[in-house]
Amino acid sequence: MNKKLTEKLASGHSTCAGCGIPAIVRTVLGATDEPVIVANATGCLEVTTTIYPYTAWKVPYIHNAFENAAATISGVEAAQKILLKKGKIQKKAKLVVFGGDGGTYDIGLQSLSGALERGHDFLYVCYDNGGYMNTGGQRSGATPYGASTETEPAGEQSFGKAKQRKDLMEIVAAHGVKYLAQACVSNLRDLEKKAKKALEIEGPTFLLVLQPCTQVWKFPTSQYVSVGKLAMETNFWPLYEIEDGKYTINYTNPNPKPIERFLETQGRFKHLFKPENKHVIEEIQKTVDANVERLVNKVKE
Amino acid sequence: MEEGAVIKNDMEKAPRTGDWRYMHPEVDASKCIGCSTCVPFCPDACIEMRKRTAEETEKTPENFKEKEIVDFDYDFCKGCGVCASVCPVKAITMRK
Repeated sequence: MNKKLTEKLASGHSTCAGCGIPAIVRTVLGATDEPVIVANATGCLEVTTTIYPYTAWKVPYIHNAFENAAATISGVEAAQKILLKKGKIQKKAKLVVFGGDGGTYDIGLQSLSGALERGHDFLYVCYDNGGYMNTGGQRSGATPYGASTETEPAGEQSFGKAKQRKDLMEIVAAHGVKYLAQACVSNLRDLEKKAKKALEIEGPTFLLVLQPCTQVWKFPTSQYVSVGKLAMETNFWPLYEIEDGKYTINYTNPNPKPIERFLETQGRFKHLFKPENKHVIEEIQKTVDANVERLVNKVKE
Repeated sequence: MEEGAVIKNDMEKAPRTGDWRYMHPEVDASKCIGCSTCVPFCPDACIEMRKRTAEETEKTPENFKEKEIVDFDYDFCKGCGVCASVCPVKAITMRK
């Protein structure tokens, strides 16, 4: 067991073999030397790290329901403030929330919105694996267009998810948050830099991290890093940050690989390579190109 | 239930997730350059860098003799193979 990496989250958790979530958690929490308190929405990370009577967490940890992770951390922040005022604690701890895309895009959106609006001092990290993976891969607001899911399976009548994914970055940015960024688990150095920046800023901050899921995206357990890399190289997942409303692109590929290179690595897009579904791939490519163009224009603003 | 329902991390109680494994990683000392690329990607934080043994140093190419080598914790390694796939010099292989 690596001593430095397991200072805050130990081994012995039961995430699937080849899951990237622990790498995200360790990188984000490793970005600060100060004490941290973690709140965790229901999701893969919660069910796998806290199997009674064992907990993999070495930091104070609160599990709550899908919908109220951000509300809970608001309460922790308020409690810290009053304890500090009364002199019962000398120093504030850093507050970090981890939520999956189900607990952030869909069910937890209202409490996240509330906490952002009230301006509590915390970092919200959403690991986006594009669905409700620990219950078998039902679709969520983050599932990409054309993916076959448990609740929207591909077949004769359907090509999988028929709706585009939600642009959560824009939703969070609309709250006037000081710092938010999009990162990918395949580039941990970039993620660490962003986490460090976010934790230093007073007020709410937000990180959206792509987390390729070996089970439901259907690829071999050894491949999460390379699938994430392809998501970046095809511009499906550009890395960028928004600081005080100013956009900065950290990584987009000027000569992007065709989106097929990313889609073909995963079983959930297998049906798209049938001739009758060619239009779906074209549509995905169009959206990806338009998104990058939109970001480039935002940077120029 | 524990007192106050507070549960603290106790490695004695940790499930030995090494039981899940059907392939295990092995490192080739003559190839490993000690770059530690694999370390942060391991989902179970099983990889630690350690000094090379005399035997391993002998096999190591000239420029890398001073560098550390990866060491796996087979108690928790689930055998996913991520380390082998990210290794830039293909020093790690998965074996049955």
